[in-house]
Amino acid sequence: MTAALVHDYAGAPIGAPVYELSNVSKTYARNLVVALQDVNLTLRKGSFTSVIGSSGCGKSTLLKIMAGLIPPTKGRVVLQGKPVTGPRRDIGMMFQQATLFPWKTAAENIVLPIEIRDGKAAAKKALDKAHELMELVGLKGFENVFPNELSGGMAQRTSICRMLITEPAVLLLDEPFSALDELSRDMMNMELQRICREQEATAFLVTHSIQEAVILSDEIVVMKPRPGRIAEVVKVDLPRPRTLHMMTTHEFGEIVDYIRGMLDKGEDM
Amino acid sequence: MSDVQTDRAVDDGQDTVWVQEVAFIDSVPRWAAMTFVFVVFIGVWQLVTSLGIVSPIILPTPWETLEDMIFVGQNLLTGGYMLGALWITIKEVIYGFALAIAIGFSLGVLVGETAFGEKAVMPYLVAIDTMPKVAFAPLFVAWLGFGIESKVALAAFIATFPIVVGTAAGLHSADENARMLFKTMGASRWQTLIKMKLPTGLPQIFTGLKIGAVGVMAGAITGEFLGGGRGFGELIRVAASQLNTPRVFSLILYLSLVGLALYALVTWTQRKVVFWHKERVGAYDG
Repeated sequence: MTAALVHDYAGAPIGAPVYELSNVSKTYARNLVVALQDVNLTLRKGSFTSVIGSSGCGKSTLLKIMAGLIPPTKGRVVLQGKPVTGPRRDIGMMFQQATLFPWKTAAENIVLPIEIRDGKAAAKKALDKAHELMELVGLKGFENVFPNELSGGMAQRTSICRMLITEPAVLLLDEPFSALDELSRDMMNMELQRICREQEATAFLVTHSIQEAVILSDEIVVMKPRPGRIAEVVKVDLPRPRTLHMMTTHEFGEIVDYIRGMLDKGEDM
Repeated sequence: MSDVQTDRAVDDGQDTVWVQEVAFIDSVPRWAAMTFVFVVFIGVWQLVTSLGIVSPIILPTPWETLEDMIFVGQNLLTGGYMLGALWITIKEVIYGFALAIAIGFSLGVLVGETAFGEKAVMPYLVAIDTMPKVAFAPLFVAWLGFGIESKVALAAFIATFPIVVGTAAGLHSADENARMLFKTMGASRWQTLIKMKLPTGLPQIFTGLKIGAVGVMAGAITGEFLGGGRGFGELIRVAASQLNTPRVFSLILYLSLVGLALYALVTWTQRKVVFWHKERVGAYDG
């Protein structure tokens, strides 16, 4: 690995805070529901953080606030030293569905964020980079294929490339592989880990799967509902790189059990 | 799924072999099935007329109709008066359709894209759409005269609404993920409309255009029936008043070719533009 890769796009050393949320609360004006209460969270450079919790715990609200899609009612949201006041190009996002557009080829879909922000000419120039990214995710040769001809896993790989094309400082992943079957899902999770490592990416994953959270994360944020808040941040000390084989180890099972116990308690409230 | 029921078990003493039976209709090509229906139709028609069940004034024989079609066809090909009449009707259809597309698409974007349009304009459009639009024909004649304009207006009036509905439905068809994705990319409202909502909605928009293409034909001919003029509809009206039913039949058949051509043009354009969207043959809904 070259020295240049040790520093991220903004030059922050690995481990430095990239994304900081302090005392973030969100109350929806329409029904006065407190979706989030006093959330404090720091994402460090190159780390992988997952958030898990039962429905209504505010995790999707949290993700939307972090993506700049909705403003918090109060609190500070700071990415790379600048407050987040709206969607930004240093935020990459991925959803449950690949959401590729059928009238564009895979490569054209990938450069869409560039097309939107910088225009068609810039998007055309970015095609080379799209091809490189496709090679990174194992999609070499599918550059000019239309999404109809891609499998579910391939479509999600394409949407990973689309997320990475703007070289975001933080990746927000909203249950990205939950629409895939379990075999593809495990494989894509390992792929995701490899890509994040190679790109020195800072990732934030919303998931419903405790196993998925444990196998991928350095830290797991466990949230509780009514009002949505952070119950605990669990550190995962499994060595890296993680392998699927680790899911059968005792340490893995312990962490999973611990988190499940916390979520069960949350249900009683 | 019928395979499951029609498969037949043959037991040869050792193994049970399942013989797959293909339903007869699945083995017949479409053209053959269509020809069969056509032949039966003509046969029944011939029978009904030659047995004298129906008076020849009411229903001509297939042969009489064919003869008249040849006559009309010759007149059209040699640039006779019928060609002039057909050309007038074709112009009404083309102008009417163009007008319907322009107005229908604009209104569709207004009600599909803006909250104001959906709240304040859509209810009126629905109200007008439920009216019997043909009843407006005398008004159009009064406003625009007996010329081509009143027919164009009625044709456009009838064809506009399906295009409005198709466009509005198309703009609504983009899913939540696509909208969110465009938001995260910092797309403006205009970009979201042009680069995402409109292309996503093209199948529905074309569905509206196809329904409109059928309506525009009906509108032009109704306009000619009720407002005179010198189009093909007037030829039909005159032939009918003279009890020249073979002529009426052959004129209608030629007219339907125009409608078919317009419909085929829209379908062809749809295949070219919405290349990613596969559609069943002859289906309205995409």
